[in-house]
Amino acid sequence: MHEMSIAISIVDAVADRVCQEGCTTVSSIELVVGRLSGVEVESLRFCFAAAAADTSAAGAELLIVEREAAGACEDCGAEFPIASYHACCPSCGRFRVRVTSGEELAVKSITIE
Amino acid sequence: MCDTCGCSSGEGAVLRKPGSEGYHVHIGEDAAHQHHHHEHDGGHGHSHGHEHEHREARKVEVEQDVLLKNNLLAERNRGWFEARRVLALNFLSSPGSGKTTLLEKTIPMLAGEWPVAVVEGDQQTTNDAERIHALGVPVIQVNTGTGCHLDALMVQRAIRELDLKGRSLLCIENVGNLVCPAMFDLGEAARVVVISVTEGEDKPLKYPTMFHSADLCILNKTDLLPYVDFDVERCREYAMQVNHHLEWLEVSARSGEGLDRWKAWLTSRLEKI
Ligand SMILES: Nc1nc2c(ncn2[C@@H]2O[C@H](COP(=O)(O)OP(=O)(O)OP(=O)(O)O)[C@@H](O)[C@H]2O)c(=O)[nH]1
Ligand SMILES: [Mg+2]
Ligand SMILES: [Zn+2]
Ligand SMILES: [Zn+2]
Ligand SMILES: [Zn+2]
Repeated sequence: MHEMSIAISIVDAVADRVCQEGCTTVSSIELVVGRLSGVEVESLRFCFAAAAADTSAAGAELLIVEREAAGACEDCGAEFPIASYHACCPSCGRFRVRVTSGEELAVKSITIE
Repeated sequence: MCDTCGCSSGEGAVLRKPGSEGYHVHIGEDAAHQHHHHEHDGGHGHSHGHEHEHREARKVEVEQDVLLKNNLLAERNRGWFEARRVLALNFLSSPGSGKTTLLEKTIPMLAGEWPVAVVEGDQQTTNDAERIHALGVPVIQVNTGTGCHLDALMVQRAIRELDLKGRSLLCIENVGNLVCPAMFDLGEAARVVVISVTEGEDKPLKYPTMFHSADLCILNKTDLLPYVDFDVERCREYAMQVNHHLEWLEVSARSGEGLDRWKAWLTSRLEKI
C-alpha cells in the first residue's frame, strides 16, 4: 500500500506550496498519473482523504489526469502506444521497447483560495 | 498511529541493532511529518473560515514530481556512496525468495576481499539482522512498521549508524514485496530482484514495474527444480520481454550452485568503484 506514502508526498508538496503562496486553503489539486506510474487511482483517492485531513489540503478535490503510455522500439524505431512494460513492437514483433511516456506522477497545479 | 497521515507514527520507521538492546532510532519525525508543523508553526493556523467568502480562487501551476523529495534524498545518498566508493545494491523480492539466505552466503564468499555491511528492511522483528550479525559484519535493521517499502530517508539514517568502509559493498535488503519498493529510489547503484523457482514463471508479467526497474534478476532455489513445474527458459524470456537490459543469474543459495557467477558479477562491479 504505497499509495499512502504517495498521498502523504502529495500533501507535503501541496502544503509547502500553499505556505509559499500565503497559507490559505486548497480547493483542488490537479494530479497527472501516467498509466505506468504504478499508482492505483482508487486506492490513492482513498488514502489522500486520510492524508489530507487536518492539513491545508483537507477536503480538496483530487482531479486526476490520466496519461496514456507510449514507447519506441529500440530495434526498428517504431513509436506506438503501450499498455504495460510487457510491450511488443507492432511493426517488428520484438519486445525491445523504450518507454517514452506514461511514467509521470506529478502535481500539475493547485487551486487555492 | 498518526491521526493526520494514517502512518504508524508515534513509532514510524525505527532503526534497531542486534546486540545493542536499548538502541532505537525513530525516523521521519521531522521530514516525513512536515505537514504537521506547517499547521502549528507561525500561528497562521486554519481558522480563516470567515475570510473564504472574500477570497478569489486562483490556480497555481506546480509541475512537481510527487516523489521529488525522495528522489532528491536518493541522489544525496548516491553521492555519499560514490564519495566513499561504496557499492550499494537494493535487493528486492516477494517474501521468502531467499534474499537473506543469499546474503548469508555472499558475505563469507567475499570475506578477506571486500568489506560488506547490510541494511535489513522488514516491517517487524530483527530476525534478519540477527542472521547477518551472526556473520560478524555491520548491520542495521529498519523496521518500517506498517510501511511496505524502504525509502531514501530510512536509508540515509541507517547508513549514518553504520561504520561503512571505503571500497566496500552495502547490501540493502528491502521489505519483501514486489510492488511498492519499485517506486522508491534509495540511491543504490543497482537493483537486484530475486525470484525463486517455487513462485511460478509468470512473476515478471505479474509485476512488470519491478522487473522493468531491476538491473539484475537472480533466480534462486534452483536445487528445487526437480520437484516443481517451473519453466526456467520461459521465466527468463518473460523477464527479458519486460526489460531487455536485465542481466540474469541462476543460483541455489542452499547448495551453492551458480554462486561463483554471482561472485564474479559482484567482483566486476566492485572493481569499478
Ligand atoms: N531449497 C532452498 N531453500 C532456500 C534457498 N534460499 C532460501 N531458501 C529458504 O527459503 C526460506 C526463506 O528464505 P529467506 O532468506 O529468509 O527469504 P527472504 O527473501 O529474506 O524473506 P523475507 O525477508 O521474509 O522477505 C528459508 O526457509 C530459506 O532456508 C535455496 O536456494 N534453496
Ligand atoms: Mg529476509
Ligand atoms: Zn505498498
Ligand atoms: Zn520494432
Ligand atoms: Zn503524519
